[in-house]
Amino acid sequence: MFSEQNIAAVLFYVFAIIAAASALGVVISRNIVHTAVALLGALLGVAGLYFLLQAEFLAAVQLIVYAGGTLILIIFGVMLTSKSPFSRFEPKRIEVVAASGVAVVLAATLGLSIHRVAGKLAAVNIPTSRIYPIDQLGLALLGDYLVPFEIVSVLLLVVMIGAAYLAKGRRR
Amino acid sequence: MNGFSGNIMAIGLEHYLLLGMLMFICGLLTIMLKRNAIGILMGVELILNAANVNLVAFNHFAYPGQASAVLLGGQIFAIFVIVLAAAEAAVALAIFLNYYNNFSTIDVERAQNLKG
Repeated sequence: MFSEQNIAAVLFYVFAIIAAASALGVVISRNIVHTAVALLGALLGVAGLYFLLQAEFLAAVQLIVYAGGTLILIIFGVMLTSKSPFSRFEPKRIEVVAASGVAVVLAATLGLSIHRVAGKLAAVNIPTSRIYPIDQLGLALLGDYLVPFEIVSVLLLVVMIGAAYLAKGRRR
Repeated sequence: MNGFSGNIMAIGLEHYLLLGMLMFICGLLTIMLKRNAIGILMGVELILNAANVNLVAFNHFAYPGQASAVLLGGQIFAIFVIVLAAAEAAVALAIFLNYYNNFSTIDVERAQNLKG
C-alpha cells in the first residue's frame, strides 16, 4: 500500500494540484497582489515537482532565486506602481473570447501531441540508491557548458547595469 | 505502462507534460487578459516555469537514474532558464518603473508612446 511508488504518486498529485490551481488563480484573480500570491503557489508546486524528479539542486535554486528573488522583485514592482489613477484592469469581453479561443486551440494541439508521445518513454521506477548529482552538475556547468555559463555571467552584468540605468530615469 | 492507460499510481512522463501544458496555457491566458504590465510579466514567468517542468521531466525520464555530466542537459538548461527569467524580470521592472515615473500608469492599453 505505502510502497515508494505510491508515495511518489501521491506527492506528485499534491504538488501538481498546487501548481495547477495556483496557475489558474494567476489567470482568474483581478487583484494584482492576489495574482502575485498565486504565482508564489505555482512556483512552490513546481519546486516540489523538481524534488520528485530528483533535481534537488534545481528545486533549491527554484526556491531561492524564483520564490526568494524574482517574486520579491515583482512584488516590489507592484507596490511601487500601484497608486495609479487608472487602476481598473478589466479585460474587454471580446478579449476574453479571443483569448479563450486561442487557449482551447492550444490545449487541443498540445494534448494531441502529448497523447502521441505518451508511452514512448515508459514510466520508470525511482532507483533507491543513487549518487547525488550535484558534483556532476558542477562538472557539466564548467565543462561542456562553459561557454553558455560565461555568456550568462556577462549577460547578468549587462542586465545589472542596464536595469540600474533604466530605473534611475530622468530626474528633473 | 502504455500511454494514458495503466494504473493511476504510475506517474509517467505524460503526467508532467500535461501539467506543463496546463501551466503554459494559464501563462498565455494571463498574458492575453491582463492589462497591468506586471501581470503580463507574471504570465511570462508561468510560461518559463512550464518549459522548465518539461525540460526536467524529459531529462529524468530519458536517462532514468543516471547522473553523469553529459546526461544532465535538461537540468542545466533549466538553470539557464531560471537565470534568464530573473534577468528579464529585472529589466522589465526597470522599464515599468521608468514608464510609471513618466506617465503615472502601467496599463498596457495606455502605453502607446512607442507606437509608430
